[in-house]
Order: sequence, then structure tokens, then C-alpha cells
Amino acid sequence: MSVHSSVAIPDAATGSEGPDQAEAHAQTAALRKTMRNQRAQDFIFHKLTMLFAASVLVVLLGIIVSLAIGAAPAFKTFGPGFITTVDWDPVNEHFGAAIAIVGTLVTSFIALLIAFPISFGIALFLTEICPVWLRRPMGMAVELLAGVPSIIYGMWGLFVFAPLFADHVQPVLKSTLGALPIIGKLFSGPIMGIGILTAGLILAVMIIPFISSVMRDVFEVVPQVLKESAYGLGCTKWEVVRKIVLPYTRTGVVGGVMLGLGRALGETMAVTFVIGNANELSWSLFAAGNSISSTLANEFAEAANPLHVSSLFALALILFAITFIVLSAAKIMLAGMSRKEGTK
Amino acid sequence: MNDAAMVKNPANDPARNPVYRKRLLMHRIGIVLSVLAMAVGLIVLLWILGTLLVKGLGGLSANMFLHDTPAPGSEGGGLRNAILGSLMMVGLSTLVSTPIGILAGIYLAEYGERNKFAQVTRFVTDIMLSAPSIVIGLFVYALYVAHVKHFSGYAGTIALSLIAVPVVVRTTDNMLRLVPNSLLEAAFALGAPRWKVATMVRLRAVRAGVITGILLALARIAGETAPLLFTALNNQFFSADMNAPLANLPVVIYQFAMSPYDDWRALAWGGALLVTFSVLLLNILSRTVFSQKTPR
Repeated sequence: MSVHSSVAIPDAATGSEGPDQAEAHAQTAALRKTMRNQRAQDFIFHKLTMLFAASVLVVLLGIIVSLAIGAAPAFKTFGPGFITTVDWDPVNEHFGAAIAIVGTLVTSFIALLIAFPISFGIALFLTEICPVWLRRPMGMAVELLAGVPSIIYGMWGLFVFAPLFADHVQPVLKSTLGALPIIGKLFSGPIMGIGILTAGLILAVMIIPFISSVMRDVFEVVPQVLKESAYGLGCTKWEVVRKIVLPYTRTGVVGGVMLGLGRALGETMAVTFVIGNANELSWSLFAAGNSISSTLANEFAEAANPLHVSSLFALALILFAITFIVLSAAKIMLAGMSRKEGTK
Repeated sequence: MNDAAMVKNPANDPARNPVYRKRLLMHRIGIVLSVLAMAVGLIVLLWILGTLLVKGLGGLSANMFLHDTPAPGSEGGGLRNAILGSLMMVGLSTLVSTPIGILAGIYLAEYGERNKFAQVTRFVTDIMLSAPSIVIGLFVYALYVAHVKHFSGYAGTIALSLIAVPVVVRTTDNMLRLVPNSLLEAAFALGAPRWKVATMVRLRAVRAGVITGILLALARIAGETAPLLFTALNNQFFSADMNAPLANLPVVIYQFAMSPYDDWRALAWGGALLVTFSVLLLNILSRTVFSQKTPR
């Protein structure tokens, strides 16, 4: 059919008549119609899928716009000083974001400080030390840690971890680190089990799977030749990792850490359970505090006063802005890493 | 001097060389710390699962599935309404987010090679993947709940869908890009239009991978609590009305765990066990059963 019609097309163009040509003419017309239909279908398909892809962008814009509209009254009332004001008093309608911002940043920072070395160790174990047959189950176990819902971490942290932490770990910290001149302030105060430090620890456990899986992926990108050359020169495994693998994957590792930070900043339920929910700022890491997300979770449903609601929207906007910046940085760094993989 | 003499010479013996010994020590410390880090991860996982089993199995009984959440101070009760509400919202979210996610993923893979718009979309999708879920709850509140003036199962469904869509988009996109070009070219050579190649050839080739993405999205939203706090809220009574506040497991677990009543807390642990093990089962399923068939 295709041969016939391809011959028939020039004939049809000359306009010569005959029974054969008439049939060919009809076939060409049918073929043209099919192709026109297909082109139309493809056009619709293209635009339709594009529409759905665009919906993701629309949601992002929608989030930013709706948070900004919600936050406008708070920023109008308190000005840019809202961010640095240490005050959260729903009764007298004085709102400032500093307590929540500091709580969010400090808990996330503690989480990173603990999660980074552990994630590095896990990634190292999974890529270099673990026997091959054990790699998949071990890797999956770490990934399951990421699958446990946030609220379960919260319950475990509050009912299981915090009491043990208060009985066995906090007294030790208080008597050792708490006795030091400057750092001592951080480890003083009443021992409750819950508080900023506990929230940071729980967050650390929650972000370990994210950081370690990124690290594992980038470690696997390192060309085998590089590692083997180092081994050939007599390097130990540790030296290969420290001096070959880590420098080669530096941007990827930092990207993974930023990804973990992004997760820690926005984590809500686990923090709400263990941070203690007190609108106070204290030097002590044992003290109860509040993070942006825990303030939202606790107060939003009950906030009746418009200014209170608006201040909560302002907090959400700040949180979204911080995580957006951190996650963008992570994404850009990891994109650089995957380009390296492409040129391997 | 032969080789044997060289080894016997103490200066050449690596075991006695202080520099070598220091390097070996560093190596050993590094390896031990790495194994310890892995042990920490495993111990925490087992600890959490163990806690859930110990505290949750007591609350897990037939009553949990047959009775509704109890009123304050009353005895007994179960989680029937919460389980139903969760199933309804998670099920509907999956139905909504799967076609949206797959079509968007097809766009990124088909038309997104050197296309600014697609690159921006991919970037934003990656960020939405890790965006704080509570902010999404707030967004749905501002957009929907504040206008209809009541909490509802639909609002919860919208919030969960917004969280699930990026997961589906990303896995679909990644999977589609693994399909070899020769397969697509063969289909094009037969005269198939692009939409047919994209859906009936390319998508079909990776359907196991796409199912993995859907399962991961399901696992992700099944345990989400924060976005439901201001959208679906909770309902103490049995209700299948999506246009009214709807009971759901995560919020019930949250409220009961924070309550002063012992039997409420027992129910919370039972629910926690149920949620966690379903989510982990979905995770394992998606990683083992379906991942083997994908071209990796």
C-alpha cells in the first residue's frame, strides 16, 4: 500500500484520470486525512501533557501567593522586625518569629551535626565494606528508616526515647559538658527528657536515610580506576575514602547534606511531640522550645484572632522560603554531580 | 641482598614502620566507626519496630476494626471510622494523583530534553518532593477550607494529592528515560503517532517502574499527619461523607497519643503499628516485587 501510494502522489498532482488513478487518489486522500488526524492528536497530546506538567508550577506559585496574602497583615502590622522579634503572645497580640526561627535552625543544626558522620559511616559501609550479598538488605533497612511515618518517630521519641534520655544521658551531659566554661550554658537547666536537644536527635535519625542514600549514590560514581590506582600505590581503604572518594564527590556530599537539612527544617510531627512547645528562648539545649512547624501544628487550628492567623501564615512563608533556598542549593549541587557521572 | 634478607631487615618490615602502623590504625578506626554507624541505623530501626510491636500488639484486636473511636472517658472503642477515612482519602488521592503524575512525567520525558519550561518543572518537582508537608496543608486551608468554611475529607484529599503528585512525576520521568531509543524508533518507523508511541510503547515498557512510583507515593501519603491537621481534621463518629470532617488514622493517633487516657494511648499504639507496617510493606513491595522488571 505504501509503495502504491507513494507512486500515486505525483500522478494525482498532474490531474490525469483513469480507474487506477482514481483509486490511488482516494487512497492518498485517506492517507492524508489519517496523517492530519494524527498530527492533531499529537498536538493535543503535547498540550495536554504540558498542561499537567504546568500544574506543578501552578501549585508552587499558588503556595507562594496564598502564603504571602495570608502573611500580609502580619508583616504590615509588625514590619520586617517580625523576623527578629522575640515575642509570641497570642493574648496581647504581639507576635515575632524569632523564637520559632531559632528553634527550627538550632534543631536542624543539631540534627546535621549528628546525622552527617553517621550517614557518612553508613554510606562508606554500604559501598566499601559490606559484603556484596548483604548490600541490598542493609541498604533497604536504612531506606525503611525513611519510610517510617513522622508521627511514629514522635511517639517513639516522646514515650520511649525521652524518658531514657532524661534518666541516663542528660545527667551525664550535664555533669561533663555542663561543667565547661562557655559550652556549659548549653547543657544546663532542668532535665526533662524533651526539649531542643531531643528534637535535634530525633531529627538526626529521620534525616540519616536521606543523607546516606545520596552519599551512597555519589560514592558509586567515583571511577573504579581512580580507586584502584590508589590501592595500587598501597593506600589503605580509609585513605582511599578520605583522599580519593571524598574529594571527588565533595559537591554531591554537600548536596546530600543540604537535602537532609531541607527535610529537617520542615519536619513537623516528630518535632511537635518532643520539642516541648514553649514559646521561650533559652541558652539551654535541655529547655523546651518551639520550631516554626511545631508552632503551626499546635496553634493554627485553634487560632481565632485574624492577626494570630496571619502571623502563623508569615511563619509558614518564612519556613517555605528557607527550605526552598536550601533545597534549591542541594539540587544544583547534585545536578553538578550527575554531570560528572555522565562524563565518567 | 635477596628478598628474604630485605624482609628481615627491621627498617623494611612494614609492621614495625611507625608511619605504616599509624596509617593502619587510622584505617582500622575508620572501619570500626563505619560499622558502628551502620549498627546505629539498624538498632534504631529495630528499636522503633520493636516498640511498636510491644506496645501496639496489645491494642490490636478485632475490636479495633469493628468499633469507632471512643468518646472521652468511655471504655473500649476502636478505630473503624479512622481506618475507613484514611482508606477513602488515600485511595481517592491515589486516583487523582496517578493520572496527573503520569501525564506530567510523560511530558518531561517526551518533550523535556532541551526545553527550558520542562527543566524548570523538573527542578520545581524535585523541590516539592521535599517541601514541608505542613505548608501544603496550610495552602489547602487558605485555598479551600477558608472558602467553604468547614474542614472536609475533600480538603484532606487535595492536600495528600499535592504531596503524591511530585513522587509519581519524578519516578515516571526517570523510568521513561530508561527506555531504549531503538524501541521508540521501531514504533515510529511503523507509522505510529507520537502519542501512541509514548503511551502504548514507552509507558508500557516501564509499567512496573511506574507502579513502583505509585506505591511509593501511597507509602508517602499513608502516614502523613501534618497536612491533615487543618484540612480533614477529625471526626469522632462514623462517617463516609467526604464533604465533612473525616476521621483518619494519623490525626487520631496524634490526638490519642497526646491524651491523658491509657486506653486511648493503647489505641494510638495499635493504630501506629497498623500504619507503620502497612507503609513499610508498601515500601518493601515497591522495592522488591516491582523493581525487578524495570530496565535498570
